[in-house]
Amino acid sequence: MRDQALWTWHVLAGLVIAVLLGLHMTIMHLDVIVGVFNPADPHPIEWGNVVARARQGFFLVSYVVLLGAALFHGLYGLRNILFELGLGTGAKKGVSALLTVGGVALFVFGAWAAWAASALARAL
Amino acid sequence: MLETNGHPNRLGLVGWLGGGRWGAERYLYTLHRLTGLGLLAYFLLHIVVTSSRALGPAAWQAAMGRVSGPIFVAGEFLVFVAFAFHGLNGIRLVLVELGWAIGKPIEPVYPYRTSVDEQRPLAIAVMVLAGLLIVAGGLDFFVLH
Repeated sequence: MRDQALWTWHVLAGLVIAVLLGLHMTIMHLDVIVGVFNPADPHPIEWGNVVARARQGFFLVSYVVLLGAALFHGLYGLRNILFELGLGTGAKKGVSALLTVGGVALFVFGAWAAWAASALARAL
Repeated sequence: MLETNGHPNRLGLVGWLGGGRWGAERYLYTLHRLTGLGLLAYFLLHIVVTSSRALGPAAWQAAMGRVSGPIFVAGEFLVFVAFAFHGLNGIRLVLVELGWAIGKPIEPVYPYRTSVDEQRPLAIAVMVLAGLLIVAGGLDFFVLH
């Protein structure tokens, strides 16, 4: 039952990623063809564009949601692959604990970075 | 149910290499996993590298300087390719899991038909879309910039 619920979250997170990562890839890597959300300079990683996006609440929220969805989707997928290799019960618990702690730590760090960048951009 | 004798995945990683009777979709399964692992490895580093934007323009430009150059551009394009494949194939997997595009149940009358054949048009359509997206990305990465 628990695994079924986790799998459902895995699929739902995948759909969220398809939308938000699709938007991120469009902004960052189809910038010449589509050219959206890069007002300051033609290149999306120029500081002016980073600041322009960070000032918008939409990007702060979407980055944090994408961060959480992608960490869960990716680490749960890795857990499934590792479990299929025939790990024992103790190893499974260890892998789950390690991935959970690592995932939460990266989420907190990444969410802090998104929030701090947003605050910095608004202060400029 | 398949008798596994306590070894639920006897082939292990070797099982990723062969499509066997599952056909092309089995190779899509393998590619889905490989691209997923690649995207995860990139994403974990991406979180750390892009967090430098929180420290101001000098830290950001220093971080971007460390990941610039033709090798990183080629690596980023591979990430884009993995994203295009993994994302679109993932949508196919969701559709199949929900029972769409796999045909209606039929009587098992000889000569038997496999539902894999019913899924094949969806797999082909998804791969064509992924190919078009990859071409657009390649143009943006290497030609238009």
